[in-house]
Amino acid sequence: MAKKPRIKVPDSAKKGEIIQVKTLFSHTMETGLRKDKKTGKVIPRKIINKFECLFNGKEVFSADIHPAVAANPYFAFNCRAEESGEFTFKWTEDGGKVVTATRKMKVS
Amino acid sequence: MNISKTIQVVAGALAMSFALAGFANAGEPDLKEPRVKEYIVGAKWSGYVINENETRDMQDDDFQNPGFLWVEQAQDLWTTVEGEAGKSCSSCHGNVDSSMKGKAASYPKVKRGDLITVEHQINYCRTERMKADAWKWEGDEMLGMSALVRRQSRDMPVAVSIDGEAKPYYEKGREFYFQRRGALDLACTHCHIDNPGNKVRSEVLSMGMPNGFPTYRLKWQKLGSLHRRFRGCNKNIRAEPYKQGSPEYTALELYVMWRANGLPVESPSVRK
Amino acid sequence: MTDNKITVAGMERRDFLVTAGAGVVALMAAALVPGRAFAKPEDAEKLITEYTGGKSVSEGRVTLQLPQIAENGNTVPVTVDVDSPMSANDFVKKIHIISEGNPTPYVATFNLTPMTGKAEVSARMRMARTQNVVALAEMSDGSFYAAKQQIKVTIGGCGG
Repeated sequence: MAKKPRIKVPDSAKKGEIIQVKTLFSHTMETGLRKDKKTGKVIPRKIINKFECLFNGKEVFSADIHPAVAANPYFAFNCRAEESGEFTFKWTEDGGKVVTATRKMKVS
Repeated sequence: MNISKTIQVVAGALAMSFALAGFANAGEPDLKEPRVKEYIVGAKWSGYVINENETRDMQDDDFQNPGFLWVEQAQDLWTTVEGEAGKSCSSCHGNVDSSMKGKAASYPKVKRGDLITVEHQINYCRTERMKADAWKWEGDEMLGMSALVRRQSRDMPVAVSIDGEAKPYYEKGREFYFQRRGALDLACTHCHIDNPGNKVRSEVLSMGMPNGFPTYRLKWQKLGSLHRRFRGCNKNIRAEPYKQGSPEYTALELYVMWRANGLPVESPSVRK
Repeated sequence: MTDNKITVAGMERRDFLVTAGAGVVALMAAALVPGRAFAKPEDAEKLITEYTGGKSVSEGRVTLQLPQIAENGNTVPVTVDVDSPMSANDFVKKIHIISEGNPTPYVATFNLTPMTGKAEVSARMRMARTQNVVALAEMSDGSFYAAKQQIKVTIGGCGG
């Protein structure tokens, strides 16, 4: 059973309010610079290379990620609440696998 | 004082300073800092006290604390049916927060004639009650479940008993703690009783308190158990480590947990 | 008194850093793939020029928050705050984080939009050794602002 991404977003906000969004994703972020102690072979790179946050389909914030981002990548950023709708969060791994999560937010 | 006596005194002082040079004195941690008040009980202080503020921030924020990635996974596992008996943890225990409240604070304890830890008890439930496979000690499932159960004792004082049936295990654990071992010929006490607050190279020594395990150790970049830490410590002094869950480490856990009696349970904590 | 067998010069942490810097780099390099060196400040400069297209970079408007000393180099919290109205025609387009001392200078690029609302981003980085970190902000009008900060990374002793 994989660990689910952790997302912190308020359930509701006032129109025009700037809310904070926090995300924490479980991933070892293997840099490709380490060697296996037993075999001596290089452990291949496998990281989350892109993180995206959209609201009602429009991009709010995204990150192009390199191996220098720590394991279990954490991002905190902001979003101006304009209308009610749904956040979509996407984490793309080297090789193309994408994990998606959504959260609803009511704006009054 | 005649010259030979002076030389003796000076020589003694020099010898003393060389002997102590291995543990350079960095000064005691700031025990008066308001932020760490809850983490000090009498002369005991938890590893929280010697953490940088950023690390403390990571532990104090339940969202940011990476240990909660494992705790949340365990919350799902709590209600997942597994094994031939067709049960989940919740089938017998109901809600984890009510059924497990305060339970972990008294572990390790003697049950069914043997000293066991929270992890042993979890596997007992799995194999004997759920008729499911035992979990690996250092696997994500066990780490998460141990953290989830211990979290229900969060902020409560550690309260293990070393009387009655527990006494012989306490004695064994204490013996381990004071026994020199390894190529570096050190015992746990040399760092954690004789020199907490002092430095070994750039590392500040803690009192070796176990009240925050399983911990998200920045070095491991994942959650890890107390017995994994024991193995690391033993390897650092070039001693043969024991296995996680072994009787040696279980007895040792009782002794070090007794040393932490009164300190708040911090699981899952964040440490370097 | 402890008759221990570890003998280490009783140096202050910062002094140890300065004198052991070379040894530390050698240690770190040995753990990595052989033949791979660390980036130099010139590599960071090259990357900044790549991001800016050669345009000049001004000081100010960017605040880079880093711990003074990294508890552990593999998880270093960083927060960048850029002074900007984040309106439709005046906003921060990108914030680049650049490392002067890691194996490569790339760390992350944050892409912002007016909907981001406030140009403040937090993340956690890996820092291989004591070095400078640069936060470079690209504005919607094509101008660039940057801030630079040093982070101290100690290589632990026993238990570290």
